[in-house]
Amino acid sequence: MKLRTILMGAAAVIATAPAAMAERGSDGNVNVIYWQAPSILNPYLSSGTKDIESSSLVIEPLAGFDEKGDLFPRLAEDIPTVENGGVSKDMTSITWKLKKDLKWSDGTPVTSADVAFTYQYCTAPDGGCAQGAHFDGIKSVETPDPQTIVVTFTAPKPNPYLAFVGGQSPILQKAQFADCLGAAAPTCTEQNFHPIGTGPFVVKDFKTGDVLQLEANPNYRDPAKPAFATMTLKGGGDAESAARAVMETGEFDYAWNTQINPDLQAQMTAAGKGHFVNAFGTLVERIEMNQTDPSPDLAEGERSTVKHPHPFLTDPNVRLALSKAIDRQALVDVGYGEAGRPTCSIVPAPAAYASTNTDCIKQDLDGAKKLLDEAGWKDTDGDGIRDKDGKKMHILFQTSTNPVRQDVQALVKGWWNEVGVEVELKNIDASVYFGGDAGSPDTFEKFYADVEMYANNFDGTNPEAYLAGYLCSKIPGPDNQWQGENIPRYCDPEYDKLVAELAKTSDMTQRGDLAKKMNDMVSAVGMDSMALIDRGRLSAASNTLGGVVVNTWDSELWNVQDWTRIK
Amino acid sequence: MLDAGSSAPLTLAPPRSQWRDVWDQFRTHKGALIGMAVFFALVALVVLGPHLWRYDPNFIEPDAMKMIKSRNQPASLAHPIGTDQLGRDMLARMIAGGKVSISVGFVAMTISICFGTFVGVMAGFFRRLDGPLMRLTDLFLALPLLPLLLVMVMLFRDALAGVMGPSLGTFLLIVTAIGVTSWMQSARIVRGEVLALKEREFVLAARSIGTPSRRLILRHVLPNVVSPVMVAATLNIADAIITESALSFLGLGFPPDFPTWGRLLFDGLPYLQQYPERVFWPGLAISLTVLSVNYIGDGLRDALDPRIRGR
Repeated sequence: MKLRTILMGAAAVIATAPAAMAERGSDGNVNVIYWQAPSILNPYLSSGTKDIESSSLVIEPLAGFDEKGDLFPRLAEDIPTVENGGVSKDMTSITWKLKKDLKWSDGTPVTSADVAFTYQYCTAPDGGCAQGAHFDGIKSVETPDPQTIVVTFTAPKPNPYLAFVGGQSPILQKAQFADCLGAAAPTCTEQNFHPIGTGPFVVKDFKTGDVLQLEANPNYRDPAKPAFATMTLKGGGDAESAARAVMETGEFDYAWNTQINPDLQAQMTAAGKGHFVNAFGTLVERIEMNQTDPSPDLAEGERSTVKHPHPFLTDPNVRLALSKAIDRQALVDVGYGEAGRPTCSIVPAPAAYASTNTDCIKQDLDGAKKLLDEAGWKDTDGDGIRDKDGKKMHILFQTSTNPVRQDVQALVKGWWNEVGVEVELKNIDASVYFGGDAGSPDTFEKFYADVEMYANNFDGTNPEAYLAGYLCSKIPGPDNQWQGENIPRYCDPEYDKLVAELAKTSDMTQRGDLAKKMNDMVSAVGMDSMALIDRGRLSAASNTLGGVVVNTWDSELWNVQDWTRIK
Repeated sequence: MLDAGSSAPLTLAPPRSQWRDVWDQFRTHKGALIGMAVFFALVALVVLGPHLWRYDPNFIEPDAMKMIKSRNQPASLAHPIGTDQLGRDMLARMIAGGKVSISVGFVAMTISICFGTFVGVMAGFFRRLDGPLMRLTDLFLALPLLPLLLVMVMLFRDALAGVMGPSLGTFLLIVTAIGVTSWMQSARIVRGEVLALKEREFVLAARSIGTPSRRLILRHVLPNVVSPVMVAATLNIADAIITESALSFLGLGFPPDFPTWGRLLFDGLPYLQQYPERVFWPGLAISLTVLSVNYIGDGLRDALDPRIRGR
C-alpha cells in the first residue's frame, strides 16, 4: 500500500511537473508535531484538544468554522438558515442536506443514517460521551431520505449549529461503529483507533500516545486535494522541543501549541526557518476551584465527588480573595508575552458574548487578606497559615508539566503564601493529565486536588454548549466514567435555569446578556472557574509550508487539505 | 618478636591501629584526597550554606514590578550566581537543591548497601538460599529501572504524601525506590566474596569450635567484605544522585517548588541558550559530586585491601 502510494505520488509529480496547481499527493510528506500525543481518534470519548484535532484529519462534521468564526459547509451542501428554509421559523428544527456523491474512505456512500447514528452513539445510555453538550435539547434526528437529516429540538433553539458542527462533533460511520454503543464504546479499540472518515486523510497506522501515520484519502471529495500524499503526526516531547523542531532544526513542518516563554519566542524566530502563527480566540488559562473535597482520606470513588463539599473553596469570599491575590499582568509578562493577555472571563470572545468585567485584573493583596479575615479564616496559632475550627488553609495546586505553567504555579504560590494560604504544588505529565483515562488518579477530570490549572476553549462562536458544561448534571464522577465537562463541580440551580433560558432565547442582544451573566456567575464574580489569561493560539509553522491559516474557532488542522509545500 | 635478654631500654613503636594504616595508604592516592576535599566542601556548603546565605530559595517578590525587575539577573554581589526567571536567588536554590540531592544519595546508598549486603551474605553463606536469592537478583537486574521507578512514583506518591507531607513523603518514596532498585550489584559482589571466605581456614577453625552461623557472619565474614562493600557504596551514592536527577529532570521527582539539582537543570533547560549558567551550575555540582565520590571509592579500595596496602 505504502509503495503504491509513493509510486502514485511519484507518477503524479512527474506527470504534472510543469503544472502550477498542486495535485493530490504531489507534495510528498508533511510532518506535524503534537507534543501532547493523541491517545484516541474518537472525540466522543475524549475531551482532549490533541485527540479532537487529530481526529479532525479523518472524520468531519457537517459544517465547520473558518478563521473568522463563520460557518462553512463540510459534508453539508450548504448552511441551513431561516432565510433558505433550512431552519424552521419557530427555531425548533434544522434540516441538513448532505453533499451529493459523498464517499467514506472505504468507498461506501455517506448517508443520513450515519448522521443519525452519530446522534444515537453520543446519547446512548452509559456511554459517557465527552461531547454530550453538543446534543443537548435534541428531541429527534430523522432521516426522510439518504441525503436529508432533520434535527428536531424539544424547544426553540436559536443556535441550532451545535450538533454535527465543529471538530468536536464529527460524523461516525454507522457500519463501523454499530456495535460500539453505550458501555461498549471504550472497548471498540479498532474503531476508536482507525475510524473510517471522509476527511482529507485516512489512518494508515496509529500507535496510541506516539505517532499517527496518515495517507491521502483516495475518495476525498475534492480530487485535487490534499496536496500531501502522506502525513506524519508525531506526539511527544514538550512545547519547547516541538517549537525547536520547526523553528531551528526544520525537522517538522508544523508544531501545535508551542507555549514557550517570550524570550525564547524571539530567539527562535531569529533562526529564520519558520514563524510563529498567533490569533486570539477563546482559549483561556484558568484555575478551577474544586467545590468538592479531594481529601485522600475519603474512599476511592468518593474523593472529589458531590457527596463531600470542599471545606473552604465553597465560600465565594475565599475564592474572590484567592483571585485578588493574583497579578494576572505579571503572569502574562513572565510566561506568555505577545501570546497572552489578562482576563477575568472564561468567555473572552466573540465580543457579543464576552463579559466586560475586568475587576479581577488589578492585584489587591490587602483586599484579599481582609476578605479572608471576614470569612473567618485567621492565623490563630501564629504559624503564618490561616486556619478556622482547627482546619488549616492548605491548597494542593496541580497542573501539567510545562515550564511556563510551573513558573505561573510558583508565582501564584508566592502570592497566596503572602495572604496566609499554604500551597503545595504538583505537576503531572501532560499526556496523563489530559489523557482522560478513567483509571488514572491524575487526570484533570478526576481533580484530586484543591485547585488545578489548564486552558480550555470552545469551538465556534457560540459559547452555549461550553457554558452548559457548568450544569449540575455535567459534574464528572465515577457514575459517568469521569467524563463530565463541569470540572470545578459547580452547581447552582439559578445557573441551570439560565442555561435553559439561553437555549430558548433567539435575540442576539439578550443572548449576549445572558452569556455575560452566566460567565460572571461562574467566573468573573463567582470565581469557581477563575480565568487568568486569554491565550492566543501560538503555533509554529515552517516557512516552506503554504496554506496555513490559524483558526481559533475550530480544529487547528481545519484546512489541512489546503496545505502545500512552497518550493 | 621481642628479645627478652636484651638490656637496652625497650623502645616500642606505639601500636598502629588498622584504620591509621588505611588512612596512610589512602593519603598516597592524590585523586582520592582531592575528591574527598571537594566532596567535603560540597557537603559543608549545603550543611552550613543556609546559615551563612540567608536567602529563601523559594522567595519571589510579591510586588510584581519588583519581581519583573529581579528576573534573570546576572551574577552580582547580591546574587553571586544570578537569579532565575522568577527572580529567585540561584545560590540559595543551589544550596537547597544540594541538600536534597546529597541526602537522597546517602540515604538511598545506605538502603541499597544494607539490603544488598544482607542478600549477598545470605546467598553466599547458606547454600539453600543461594539459588532463590540469586534468581531474585537476576530478576531485579532484568527489570528496566527507570520505567519501574516512574510507575512506583505514580502509584505511591499521593498515598505517601498524604501520610507524611509532600516533601518527606516524596523523599522517602524516592530513596526507597532508588534503594530497592540498586542493591543488585553489591549483592553479587558480596556473595562472591563470601563464597571464597567461607572456605578459608579461619572460618573453618571458627566453625570447628562450634561458632554459630550468626557469629561467624558478624565476626569473621562481614569485616572481610567491608572493602568491596565500601567501594560499592561510594558508587551507589553517585548512582542515586544521578537517578534522582533523572527523575526530577523528567518532572516526576519532587514537587516543582522543591529544588533539587536535577530539577534546577530541568528548569534551566528552556533558558540554555540565553542563560547557560542556569544549567551550568547544577550540572557542575552533580558532576563534581559524582566524580569526587568515585575517586574516594577508588582510594578506599586501595586503602582497605591489605594486599595492596603497604606496597
